[in-house]
Amino acid sequence: MTTCSILELLDIDLKEQNKLQLSCIAGRLGLSNKITSSKISRPGLPLSGYFEAFAGEAVQVFGHGEQSYVTMLEEKGDYKNIEKLFSYNVPCCIFTHSFMPSNKIIEIAENSGTPILQTTLISSDFSRHLYQLLDEIFAPTKTIHGVLVEVYGIGVLITGDSGVGKSETALELIERGHRLISDDTVKLRNLGSTYLIGSGENPVLAHHMEIRGIGIINLANIFGVGAIREKKQIQLMVHLEEWDSTKSYDRVGEDTMSETLLGIAVAKLIIPVKPGRNIPIIIETAARNERLKQLGYFSAKEFDQNVLKWFESEAARKMYYINEENT
Amino acid sequence: MVSKELVVCNRAGIHARPAAMIVKVANKFKSDLFMIKEDMKINGKSIMGVITLGAGYKSKILISCEGEDEKDMADAIEKLFENRFEE
Repeated sequence: MTTCSILELLDIDLKEQNKLQLSCIAGRLGLSNKITSSKISRPGLPLSGYFEAFAGEAVQVFGHGEQSYVTMLEEKGDYKNIEKLFSYNVPCCIFTHSFMPSNKIIEIAENSGTPILQTTLISSDFSRHLYQLLDEIFAPTKTIHGVLVEVYGIGVLITGDSGVGKSETALELIERGHRLISDDTVKLRNLGSTYLIGSGENPVLAHHMEIRGIGIINLANIFGVGAIREKKQIQLMVHLEEWDSTKSYDRVGEDTMSETLLGIAVAKLIIPVKPGRNIPIIIETAARNERLKQLGYFSAKEFDQNVLKWFESEAARKMYYINEENT
Repeated sequence: MVSKELVVCNRAGIHARPAAMIVKVANKFKSDLFMIKEDMKINGKSIMGVITLGAGYKSKILISCEGEDEKDMADAIEKLFENRFEE
């Protein structure tokens, strides 16, 4: 299972709007503490003496409420619950609003080897950013063999055996203005059991591609920065396979196939490959079709309904003509 | 299925050229080759995959071959590692 140390939490480089703005003010000995839970605890109840069901393994966030309660306890000189909280080996305590705890609390933290961090953010913003970050860190991951491209805004994962033409298909798609996320190895992450996010396994190697006969090429250099993307939600899986004449392929497209990856179902298409079949165009069409489906238009079903309607009206008309003839 | 644990013995690790050798050898066989390092499992028949492993000097790699000629394939790959990819 993945873990994250407090030091990594301090060091993590997030985009501007997600910055945690943390600094360590005490308990540096505990910076190697590991966070093992994606939970965040607000220790109001433990501070008041109720330690049942206390999430001691989680990061403790002291917001305005906790801070004023701690100040009140300190005025009374009652350190019992604070000491007890620090004895739980909590990974770290974080004070929001740049709150500066008293020297006594810093001493307790130093003695128990618990880092005390401070952030300039307000509790709600900080919790939201931290939840998002912990969700990403503890997300279940899996590495699979395939190519991930973004086609008309749809994340399309192309899978298939080695040599079936995944990379060549992706290359043609990029040439047509779409974007590559990763070639060959795609790292999947399950975010909150809702989103399946794909990215390159290694940022150094992503955006490179191996094309048989040419070798390894850097797509960002060849096609420009507009041809690449860091990560993308996977919304469609396209499995390429050699045309098998004994197998029957979907001709209407009314039933949707799906494959479950890391517990998330993704729509799946099986596309047979044969010389002369233009796979990139088929994938483009599939992506457009998928967008339509997401907007509520289901081409195949609508087509079928129209056919049925036509039959009905035709039958009605026939009935009418039959009656005409009889009279 | 044949599995073997191999150690990277050449100083430079599995960079582009050794990766190409592994893939070249692997593609001579019909079986599937998977290479596993820590929690990463990649297809041994693709160069980018093998490089992505980031297998440096002394790193341990578990290979697993699956298919009709799995035994020969595993031996051939093991030989490559033993020869330090001719480096």
